[in-house]
Amino acid sequence: MSSGLLFALTGVILFALGVAGVVLITPLLRRILAFNLMGSGAFLVLVGLAQRNGMSDPVPQAMVLTGIVVAVAATALALALARKLHALTGGLELPADDDD
Amino acid sequence: MIDPVVWLILLPLAWATLAFVLGPGRGAWAALAGLLAQLGLAVTLAAKVGAGGTAVTHQVGGWGAPLGIDLAIDGLSAAMLLLTQIVALPLAVYAHAYFKRDDPARRYFWPIFGFLIAGLDALFVSADLFNLYVTLELVGLAAVALVAMGGAAQQIAAALRYLFATLVGSGAYLFGVALLYGATGTVSIATLTPLVTMDAPRLVWIAAGLMLVGLMVKTALFPFHFWLPPAHGGAPAPVSALLSALVVKASFYLILRLWLGPLQSLLPTFAWAMALLGAAAILWGSWQAIRAVRLKTLIAYSTVAQLGYLFLIFPLLSGGLALQTAVMQVFAHGLAKAGMFLAAGVLIHATGQDRVAGLAGAAGHLPVTLFAFGLSGMTLMGLPPSSGFLAKWLLIDAALAQDAYAIVAVVLAGGLLAAVYVFRVLRQAFLQAPKTAMLHRVPRSLEWTAFLLAAASVLLGLRGVELMQLVGAVT
Repeated sequence: MSSGLLFALTGVILFALGVAGVVLITPLLRRILAFNLMGSGAFLVLVGLAQRNGMSDPVPQAMVLTGIVVAVAATALALALARKLHALTGGLELPADDDD
Repeated sequence: MIDPVVWLILLPLAWATLAFVLGPGRGAWAALAGLLAQLGLAVTLAAKVGAGGTAVTHQVGGWGAPLGIDLAIDGLSAAMLLLTQIVALPLAVYAHAYFKRDDPARRYFWPIFGFLIAGLDALFVSADLFNLYVTLELVGLAAVALVAMGGAAQQIAAALRYLFATLVGSGAYLFGVALLYGATGTVSIATLTPLVTMDAPRLVWIAAGLMLVGLMVKTALFPFHFWLPPAHGGAPAPVSALLSALVVKASFYLILRLWLGPLQSLLPTFAWAMALLGAAAILWGSWQAIRAVRLKTLIAYSTVAQLGYLFLIFPLLSGGLALQTAVMQVFAHGLAKAGMFLAAGVLIHATGQDRVAGLAGAAGHLPVTLFAFGLSGMTLMGLPPSSGFLAKWLLIDAALAQDAYAIVAVVLAGGLLAAVYVFRVLRQAFLQAPKTAMLHRVPRSLEWTAFLLAAASVLLGLRGVELMQLVGAVT
């Protein structure tokens, strides 16, 4: 098994764990962490799969750099919202849906 | 020479940044001037694409793919750019009058609004799957920030729910792009299209499925619509209009792009599954709209239902005018729903509450607004001569040509259900008001911008041929 494929498979596992976390976990901080795990999984796949004959491909690395910037921005926004929610309700969980 | 493609992205970025630098609540005039210029650019671009019959392309900074970024505008992109600017300009006029000086939602409205428009414009001109991912995230993050702007706990919770849904959606899309790049070594739509065929490796199939599901979550297709009603129903009226009219259409546009382009040999396998979910969305969304207590929840569920029509189109895409039908429905719903949310904003402002039951007496005081609501409702029901009628007519026509009678039945039932929830609101508004009811005064510009958008959604039905020619000019 090449190292590239190993990276990619690890990425798949991380992504699946991350998605499960975002969907299933209630505490907000853990959900935000799970989202980051998800993103890292996708980045690993992007870089890992693109390795051919041990040579790394620069294009996906540039993409991952961009992706990391996007993930940081999303995390910052999520943390800011979570902080605001904590200030307003005192909790770090989403209140129950009031779907009238 | 001014290249409209680049300026459609740079202008909103410029006025958004200017508004941010000017400080909280300022920058409305910069936004209005910028949007007016953008509308001119979008019209120029549409005329160029429509007349030239070829896609307009642009290499950002003179660097071509794969290292640089290519932009491409065909008939579909030009039409979406046009819709974005047409809806955004009246919305800006409305928002300028809507937010009071001390409204917390006003503080950062203009910068985030600008970033959202820039993201949308960039999305519609992107020609590679990764750039589309970045613009999709830009649009998603700006939309979440707009939902949270009001600052109440309920709005923050709705925003967080929306944020997690949109992040999972775009995460699945990115994962699909990563697999696709691993299998083919490119993300350019033009290069991928001939590469992916029916006998593609399983990896590509998984990638296609992940991208499709991710985008379905972002488009709020039933059963992934759970995040939409609290987010669209809880935000301030101009924001709700923006989200329902444009933001959910961005991810639908991307599905359409993939369907017609790189994944055209794989995705039709799922066509009937999509149509089934679309039909479920129409029935479920309409039912929830009929039951809704709050006015804006009603309109938000109506969005869930109207999005369903867009997915009925996929089994018919092999036929002649299906793409034009999709764009007509996107325009019809975009204009009508923007008009309807704006009218609802006026009603809520005037009556001081947001329940359908509390609208009694509104018709006598706000005839223009009620007329706007009715015109939007006409388009949603699909009455002639509105653009909604044209879209549903084309849809039924295409379905009959392929003997898909189930689709015809769903479209007709959806129109009737829409009539039920629209008339529920109108009936309530025409009731005699109790003597104690006090209506607040509403600025004229609020009423007339809502009316403008609603009237546009009806009048487009008379000029639909031009739009269809533009979409059909270059594919």
